[in-house]
Amino acid sequence: MFAEFLQYLFSGVTIGATYALVALGFTLVYNASHVINFAQGEFLMIGGMSTVSLLAMGVPLPLAIAMAVALAAVLGVALHKLAIAPARKADVITLIIITIGASIFLRGLAQIIWGKEFHAMPSFSATESVNVLGAVMYTQSLWVLAVAGVLVLLLALFFTRTLMGKAILATSMNPGAARLMGIRTQFVLMLAFMLAAVLGAMAGIMVAPVTLTAYDIGIMLGLKGFVAAAIGGMGSGVGAVVGGLLLGIAEAMTAGYISSDYKDAVAFLLILVILFFMPRGLFGARVAERV
Amino acid sequence: MVTKNRSPYRAVLLILLLICGMVAPAMAAEPIRIGALVSATGPASFLGDPELKTLEMYVERINASGGVIGRPLRLFHYDDGGNANEARNFANRLLRSDRVDLVIGGSTTGTTMAAVPLVERAGRPMISMAGALVITDPVRPWVFKTPQSDRMAAERVLADMQSRGITGIGLISGTDGFGRSGREQTLAVAADFGIQVLADQTYGPQDTDMTAQLTRIRNTPGVQAVFNFGFGQGPAIVTRNYAHLGIELPFYQSHGVASDRFLDLAGSAAEGVRLPASALLVPDALPDDDPQKQVVQDYKAAYEARWNVSVSTFGGYAYDALMLAVAAIEAAGSTEPEAVRSALEQIQGHVGVTGIFNMSPDDHNGLAPESFRLLEVRDGQWVLVD
Repeated sequence: MFAEFLQYLFSGVTIGATYALVALGFTLVYNASHVINFAQGEFLMIGGMSTVSLLAMGVPLPLAIAMAVALAAVLGVALHKLAIAPARKADVITLIIITIGASIFLRGLAQIIWGKEFHAMPSFSATESVNVLGAVMYTQSLWVLAVAGVLVLLLALFFTRTLMGKAILATSMNPGAARLMGIRTQFVLMLAFMLAAVLGAMAGIMVAPVTLTAYDIGIMLGLKGFVAAAIGGMGSGVGAVVGGLLLGIAEAMTAGYISSDYKDAVAFLLILVILFFMPRGLFGARVAERV
Repeated sequence: MVTKNRSPYRAVLLILLLICGMVAPAMAAEPIRIGALVSATGPASFLGDPELKTLEMYVERINASGGVIGRPLRLFHYDDGGNANEARNFANRLLRSDRVDLVIGGSTTGTTMAAVPLVERAGRPMISMAGALVITDPVRPWVFKTPQSDRMAAERVLADMQSRGITGIGLISGTDGFGRSGREQTLAVAADFGIQVLADQTYGPQDTDMTAQLTRIRNTPGVQAVFNFGFGQGPAIVTRNYAHLGIELPFYQSHGVASDRFLDLAGSAAEGVRLPASALLVPDALPDDDPQKQVVQDYKAAYEARWNVSVSTFGGYAYDALMLAVAAIEAAGSTEPEAVRSALEQIQGHVGVTGIFNMSPDDHNGLAPESFRLLEVRDGQWVLVD
């Protein structure tokens, strides 16, 4: 009985950690610009797919990961420079629509380059699973959790301890004042896109051995990441992590104890209930809009 | 001088006349108009793409060797992108403006069913390349199909379970059309084999983790084997989860994943998995006295030489559809629709890539469950079990 519960918990936490990383990517860009970057899921796909191709070319795993993350970072900067920056005078809504367009473009490109098939990536460790109190855990899950933990910690340090992190926060609070203080807000925004791309790519690479990867894997993972970010409160780092884990665990428990048919329904029910009682999400800033 | 000038002119004229004389008989024979409705792009392109390649290749080959009943074949093909509305439009165009003698397609059950009312009204034979039972059950006079139905796949698997003495199984299926239909067929016929479905779980086509469902199946008392009816990457993930959970029970997959792609995705987790599949997957493992061996080997070799990609089961459906059409037209001696239709219905012992077709007025598919070969994965390879 307990082993069963533990089994559901493990699969929930693994997928939840991925959602959390995607949600953090959303949070970063949202904080810097109030734009919801719907191309976030595509960075997962690019991370996973390029690592798979590089491995197939015989590149060793650590180098392949580094190259895939670098590629995603370049694409994140390109997304900002080529699609967002030229429209910087436009409404937030327009920018959001631009990111949707960019996501469709990236997906189409990936389909042409890599084809439509799913690809498998080997686990990072030789032993594929370990037994914990009667439940089985993927060693890859441990990798996902460890990397997610480290990334969250680094981000927290970045925002609280570095000038650049504080500049991003300042830009999110008041772009006009930040600019007057000498912060190059466009540069900050570009940095946010780059970091979001790196986070997305890392999530995509970590989770690929568990979920497999394909050109369209970003749609569902991106959407779930967005749900996680909304549950946690858009713009809150802690909220993104809690929202992601909560969503993953809720899904796994529903599939386990009720029926897998209702798994996605529960995820979306969760967002309805939480936003009904707490319109700004669990950890959203409780500030009133200035009128 | 004048005559000297004219003589080369005359020679040229003579040669031209000769060429015309040689070409004339071939030109005179009205081509047989074959319509093809395939999903060459879009979500079902993995079906339509090899199908179209196969049709193009074999129409070329048949024409090079003199055509059918002395007439060349002409292929009219449209890509419906897997969309039923498009399929309906293109079926209309095939029947009305291209005035085809026979339709091959569609690639999916949805596109096939969209075209069915049109071919029935126009009174032209149609040979579908889609799987579901509804296409030929109940029998429609003008509609035939080449792939085995999902019920046969379920029967093949259940029969193997029965022979291993299994009486209780867990079923896990995808919630896409293929998985749902397969689940219904399995539930409908399980009792015929003395097998009870004790656990019945599903997963969404985009799901990335099925350990929760498999844990439930494992904890259901009385489950002696697990059957996964699904399609795409889902079954590969189920197989990986199955291995990770360390479930020791026999594990079966459906024909939906019968391709080398599945072995790549599932990796070592696929060891010991059994599934029903077309003979095309194991052409060299077939015994020498197997009537299909030659056909399957020839098709595989020809396809791979022409397109330089590995052969797929789905292309085999198109090969069979075209060859059945050719056989029926030859038997009828004309392209008169009713004659071709009744010739199709009378085809007996036609050896194809998918199986041996024995059509009848009550059976417009003509295949037996035995046309599925039962394969097992051993050392990362398909091995013929039965």
